[in-house]
Amino acid sequence: MENNLSIDTGLVRKILTGFIHSEITRAGFSRAVINLSGGIDSAVSFVLACEALGSQNVMALCLPYETSSADSLEHARLLIDQFGSSSVTIPITEMVEPLIKHDPDMSAVRKGNIMARARMIVAYDQSEAFKGLVVGTGNKTEILLGYTTLYGDSACALNPIGDLYKTQVRQLARSLNIPDVIITKPPSADLWAGQTDEGELGFTYEAVDKLLYFLVDQRYRPEECVEAGFEEKLVRKVVERIRKNQFKRVLPPIAKLSNRTVGYDFLYLRDWGT
Amino acid sequence: MKLRLALAQINTRLGDLRANLEKHLTLIEKASQAGADLLVFPELSLTGYLLQDLVPSVSSRPNSEDPIFGPLLDASRDIDLMVGFVDEDSRHRFYIASAYLSQGQVLHVHHKVYLPTYGLFDEGRFFAPGSSVRAFDTRFGRFGMLICEDFWHASPPYLLWLDGADVMLFASASPGRGLNGEAKLESSAWVEHTNRAYAGLFTTFVVHANRVGFEDGLNFWGGSTIFDPDGKLVVQGPYFEETFITAGIDLNQLHRTRARLPLLRDEHPELVQHELERIIHGK
Repeated sequence: MENNLSIDTGLVRKILTGFIHSEITRAGFSRAVINLSGGIDSAVSFVLACEALGSQNVMALCLPYETSSADSLEHARLLIDQFGSSSVTIPITEMVEPLIKHDPDMSAVRKGNIMARARMIVAYDQSEAFKGLVVGTGNKTEILLGYTTLYGDSACALNPIGDLYKTQVRQLARSLNIPDVIITKPPSADLWAGQTDEGELGFTYEAVDKLLYFLVDQRYRPEECVEAGFEEKLVRKVVERIRKNQFKRVLPPIAKLSNRTVGYDFLYLRDWGT
Repeated sequence: MKLRLALAQINTRLGDLRANLEKHLTLIEKASQAGADLLVFPELSLTGYLLQDLVPSVSSRPNSEDPIFGPLLDASRDIDLMVGFVDEDSRHRFYIASAYLSQGQVLHVHHKVYLPTYGLFDEGRFFAPGSSVRAFDTRFGRFGMLICEDFWHASPPYLLWLDGADVMLFASASPGRGLNGEAKLESSAWVEHTNRAYAGLFTTFVVHANRVGFEDGLNFWGGSTIFDPDGKLVVQGPYFEETFITAGIDLNQLHRTRARLPLLRDEHPELVQHELERIIHGK
């Protein structure tokens, strides 16, 4: 079993900037809006959008909550200053607090989901204000694992990095002049203090990307992955996560009644007519 | 005999026949002015590729009464053309097709035989498969046309070779895919390898026009090529960029290569027929 997660960053950059430019302009827009978290994924989408559209056509959104790490905002600022895009900072605390206060027993997951969805509301509002499309920041690892808030951080008009695993996003980031501090810090949704992706998931991106590459890209059976040396518990957990989170990757099913139903036999690309 | 070929490595508008026709006519004019004898367009160049339910609304008939083919046939009085379209037959079956137009006439129409219906492809859902692979005579010699998946299978180029095609014209709308650390996508590398192999194995010219652009998340990688009968690259278009390429080929190269390497002379189609009879019919 040969593991090849390495990418030619020049090739990937060429395709992804072309994709962003094509999909935004043919929809009748020339601008993009991106939620800049201070992390590596949104940094990569942001830099690709600046390259595709010109940084003057990219609006970076900084949407901190009161418990957000100060580093997150600072790292977003580093990028905005370096690439010279427009930006706006809108704290979401005042938006989400009234809802959170409604239930004193609210779990951290519920609060995190509310924050992610509040950021989606701001992004789509800025999309209308700036006349730009929301560019997504979800990578292939989190999409497959379902490590994302439905209608929250996963909401976007187009996603340039959704077919790159986290470790591939890191390779691309290094070629895009993204500050080292953003590339090397532990990935975190920053929804509560001390949260890290790898702590919450229970495995490292390095390990899970290799496994996902075999399971998904190379179509190995789970038992073959175990034979090749992956821990059985990890393999089972990942296979189950992929299955359980399919609902986050598809549109809600429509109950079929007529002879022609959206989603089943009414099939057109979004680029129809353009 | 020298032949000046032009390849239109274009992007298309999905389902917009008029806009695509205009682009064809502009490029035909350009190719004429460049002194080209033949201009080759990619697969479904008049319609765009991922048509899905648009298929019945973008079909054409390759004759002079058709609003799309009328102007193209007129334009073919100056320069030979190969164009990609959706052909609707008299029984209303839809085919992915390429037409060869010359001096106001349709010389040949090829219906894509192999419709990929796996992975990201769903052609078999929307199209009928073609049922023949035939070479045809042009004013420059005997040619053959194939469309994308047709030449992922070895038999269609082989049949064209035996049927007399000395210039094979391949059209694609090939979605780019496969990362492996190399500067070239796996899909591009595969197509280039096989096309070079056909040129060498069949000591023939292999011309490949591939489109560029995006349709939703799919990219089309371009990189159109011409290989000569020695398997040598004559010209290649850039990856991912819309471009117009012209190159001269010398049909006398066929004489030189086949004098050195008489693979066609020594080919034994009766053996193939005999063994196929046994394999298929158990005879």
